[in-house]
Amino acid sequence: MHKVAVGTVDWNARREDFPILHEQAHGHPLIYFDSAATSQKPRPVIEALRNFYEHDNANVHRGLHTLSSRATEAYEKARQRVAEYIGAASADEIIFTRGTTESINLVAQAWGGKFIREENVILLTGMEHHSNVVPWQLLAERIGARLRFVPVLDDGTLDLDQLPSLLTPEVKLFAFTHISNSLGTINPVAELCAKAHAVGALTLVDAAQSAGHMPIDVRELGCDFLAFSGHKMCGPTGIGVLYGRAEVLDSMPPWHGGGEMIVSVALEKSTFKKAPHRFEAGTPNIAGAIGLAAAIDYIEHIGRPAIFEHDSQLARYAAERIKELPGIRVFGPKEERGALVGFVMEAAHPHDLTTFADQYGLAMRGGHHCNQPLMRRFGVSGTTRASFYFYNMMEEIDRMIEILHAAARFFK
Amino acid sequence: MEIEELYQEVILDHSRRPRNFGELPDAAVLVHGDNPACGDEIHLAVKFDPDGGLEDIKFTGHGCAISQASASLMTMKLKKKSREEVMGMLRAFHDLVTDETNDASKALGDLRVMQGVRKFPQRVKCAMLPWRAVEQALEQGAGEATVSTEPS
Repeated sequence: MHKVAVGTVDWNARREDFPILHEQAHGHPLIYFDSAATSQKPRPVIEALRNFYEHDNANVHRGLHTLSSRATEAYEKARQRVAEYIGAASADEIIFTRGTTESINLVAQAWGGKFIREENVILLTGMEHHSNVVPWQLLAERIGARLRFVPVLDDGTLDLDQLPSLLTPEVKLFAFTHISNSLGTINPVAELCAKAHAVGALTLVDAAQSAGHMPIDVRELGCDFLAFSGHKMCGPTGIGVLYGRAEVLDSMPPWHGGGEMIVSVALEKSTFKKAPHRFEAGTPNIAGAIGLAAAIDYIEHIGRPAIFEHDSQLARYAAERIKELPGIRVFGPKEERGALVGFVMEAAHPHDLTTFADQYGLAMRGGHHCNQPLMRRFGVSGTTRASFYFYNMMEEIDRMIEILHAAARFFK
Repeated sequence: MEIEELYQEVILDHSRRPRNFGELPDAAVLVHGDNPACGDEIHLAVKFDPDGGLEDIKFTGHGCAISQASASLMTMKLKKKSREEVMGMLRAFHDLVTDETNDASKALGDLRVMQGVRKFPQRVKCAMLPWRAVEQALEQGAGEATVSTEPS
């Protein structure tokens, strides 16, 4: 087997860390090309969850007993680990949520509810996932504010020439994705943040597709908020992160009310803790946070630059090979792209193609990828998406091409 | 499960060359059916006979092979059928594509090639979309209507 040569990482050994990759589907070895939807989990993450439940499980921040101390310590250490991972100045800037979607909703409701007024504009892009569109639609409808969108060019990049006319002083927030989940486009985050700040707007970066794939430093990027999910980066489902710059978080009212986020409660009125605990009402996903910290340790042990290079090689190779197929249209930028390739095959609808592929053990996603406006912009109802992670191999892409050729013959 | 059990040659043929595909200018009712999760669309036009049966039925639309073939096969089957026959066929077809233990009703004839769908629960909506549209057409009787596999 030929390996992708990146540094000294033994990718075959890393693949062996993922027990699920030994599964079969319809009698064929599983080829898992759906990591943009959710990644698989390595043994150290599975063991961290098990270890927590077998040895340390208790509620956090309230018990005075041994287990509660251990659980609290592990939970807060996880917060510190996340802060280091994204270059935050302090662990107080890290709020644990259920995932990217909840993180964005938190900003829309707590920050947007206080600071967005009727005359304001929220600037988004035409390639946003529904989770970075719908929360702003709900807010704009409630307040009477307006939404604007940076258009997407044919090559899958943002039309930055339009930015000066869109990014006007009425814009209070520019929220955009780091990596497009259906095009693979990598947006110039630092440049966009600088331009937004120049007109006095804050920025929110949807890092769902980037957090597990490339180095991220929030202070270098200069963003005010950054949202991502644990489950797309080797962590468990149901845990995610909202990073908020300290000064911004401190200006925000609470979001959910309940236990854990208060200093004191009287019958008529309560006082609230500071960030991050102000935004974490109720018993949090303690095991999830600990699992996420284990995922970060695991990823950092490999190294994000190596992961990025490995994934990029797979994506470039896949995009090249897919073009060999008859009647094919590949979406997204030619040069740099994230770890995925979206395409349509003239002969087969994405759902027929993914059903066909599944019969040969190949897991891909077909459909609109929670990107309906973007699909409309490209004049398709959906695409087929093959998405990769560091446990995937070149040989699997070769096998995918064989299966796609068979599909082209079958459906033509 | 072989892929050929789902995509039988008849189904592939109907998806490539759908029958009764086109406009029906003097239709009594036009139903726009969609499957938002997939983007499948069926625009079903129906003309009734004096007794309320299906005088003529045509469709346009786009989507996966299953939804388009299902529409094509359905229109062939339902033309000139009475209201009661259509409703009976609708129930039988639903059982055919959802019920693992169902013995395909002989009355369904050609439609029985769709039986493979029952092994693919995610694809049942695709197969049922044109049938939801015809059900809506009968209920509506006249004018235009929409029907979705994801009611909002």
